[in-house]
Amino acid sequence: MPNITYISHTGASRTVDVLQGDSIMEGAVQNNVDGIVGACGGNLQCATCHVYVDAACLPTLDPMDPDEDSMLESAAAPRQMNSRLSCQIRVRPEHDGCTVRTPESQ
Amino acid sequence: MTGARCGRRSLSNAVSVVIVGGGHGGFQAAASLRAEGYDGSITIYGEEPHLPYQRPPLSKGMLLGKQEERHAILRPAEFYATQRIEVVRGRRIASLAELPPSDWVILATGARNRALPRDGVFYLRTLGETAEIKQRLADARDVAIIGGGFIGLEVAAAARALGKDVTVYEAGPRLMGRVVAPVVSDYFLAQHEARGVRVVLNSTAAPEADLIVAGIGVVPNDELAREAGLAVGNGIAVDEFLRTSDPRIFAIGDCAEYPNPYAGARVRLESVQNAVDQAACVARAICGRPAAYDAVPWFWSDQFDIHLQMTGIATGFDRTVTRGDVASNKFSVFYYRGGELRAVDSINRAAEHMTARKLIAARARVTPEQAADESFDLKSAILAG
Ligand SMILES: Cc1cc2nc3c(=O)[nH]c(=O)nc-3n(C[C@H](O)[C@H](O)[C@H](O)COP(=O)(O)OP(=O)(O)OC[C@H]3O[C@@H](n4cnc5c(N)ncnc54)[C@H](O)[C@@H]3O)c2cc1C
Ligand code: FES
Repeated sequence: MPNITYISHTGASRTVDVLQGDSIMEGAVQNNVDGIVGACGGNLQCATCHVYVDAACLPTLDPMDPDEDSMLESAAAPRQMNSRLSCQIRVRPEHDGCTVRTPESQ
Repeated sequence: MTGARCGRRSLSNAVSVVIVGGGHGGFQAAASLRAEGYDGSITIYGEEPHLPYQRPPLSKGMLLGKQEERHAILRPAEFYATQRIEVVRGRRIASLAELPPSDWVILATGARNRALPRDGVFYLRTLGETAEIKQRLADARDVAIIGGGFIGLEVAAAARALGKDVTVYEAGPRLMGRVVAPVVSDYFLAQHEARGVRVVLNSTAAPEADLIVAGIGVVPNDELAREAGLAVGNGIAVDEFLRTSDPRIFAIGDCAEYPNPYAGARVRLESVQNAVDQAACVARAICGRPAAYDAVPWFWSDQFDIHLQMTGIATGFDRTVTRGDVASNKFSVFYYRGGELRAVDSINRAAEHMTARKLIAARARVTPEQAADESFDLKSAILAG
């Protein structure tokens, strides 16, 4: 199973195995990782699954679709170049070792 | 209302909150209390055998086999252990007198499906019912859906996607008629028919089929409140702070009837947004920061590949205008009442839906002419307020 590392805004780090096909949001929620809420269950409705993706991992991601892009505008924490909604990232083998940072607020 | 002193090391360990109902609202109330720094005890009593879960996947991805039970479960057991939230499962509370003494009680008992007076009909609200319907769906050739509301239509779409022969029987003259404008009903009727779903309107027939599923509305679970002598209307009656007639007892989510500032009326809503935001509002009140509940209502429904997103409260609308071309499968409908924008439904227009939430929250003035004019920048109206 691909390994994903979640680093909180205070620097706390957790690495968990995420089932292939599950999202990075689901990986956090199912493994009790703090910092990702996922209030709408991954339906692109809430922007409470906002993460900053580490540079090394960015090239492995599919480009975001326009709905994710517009939803990110409503995220509670500032949007950055590497902002993504983690419910939209379905984990594949090439994401093994990816690190995402969670914002201070969701 | 004097609240617990959350986020400070104080006497707060002596404080306790009891939550009745382990669904979306009950879970969120507990999670929000901890997020607010509430340090006292939290106990959730839920009659279902599962840890708290979300219901939207039940009529969508789970029927299609795209999502499993673990995707619906909101948090794993470790969450409740680390957050010191006690979840008592499989326990139905029959009277508030059964509860241990506590400083606050939150009623989050939800609603139950309205039942038809006949056998052989299935209903969808719980994980158990979903598993049962999914299994029967596998063996069924034809499926009858009674009720052309959100849940009925989502089940119809899933069954059709699985190749079943599907007929929807709706008692009213149009689909989702209680909540959407005719233009939206007509659009969904055409889309379902185009994908091979038969729709029979104005029908109270008792159909026969290998599988019959009814989604004909819900009844709020307000018996505990009635028995305790609390005020009850269409659900457990609460004030703008979501307090029942006993200020120590709150009610949230599907079971609660509250004054909604966007509707200008008392309403009872059935949505994830409503349950989650009301839970957070009550958590803040318990932590000594009460504020009138004022969150913008929003809701979604997925049928086939069509995303319907709604915001505001359309009830009592006297005019609608459509923005965009219905034939393009991407449009929004703006609902007006007495000249004021009250609600917006968006079909396959997620960005416009997000703008619409802000317009509704800001009570923005957008004239029907501006709404219909795609060259008018809706965002400029948010800033203008
Ligand atoms: C199939 C389906 C699909 C849906 N899809 C969407 C959607 O796409 N978008 C959306 O916004 N909303 C959707 N909803 C609505 C949404 O799920 C509800 O509005 C939300 O779950 C309300 O949360 P709640 O906490 O008020 O009630 P619930 O989540 O229903 O939880 C109430 C819980 O309390 C328990 N309970 C009741 N009485 C007692 C008692 N006396 N003692 C102990 N426990 C008790 C019940 O067993 C239940 O587990 C859907 C609902 C269903 C059924
Ligand atoms: S979980 Fe709601 S947008 Fe990602």
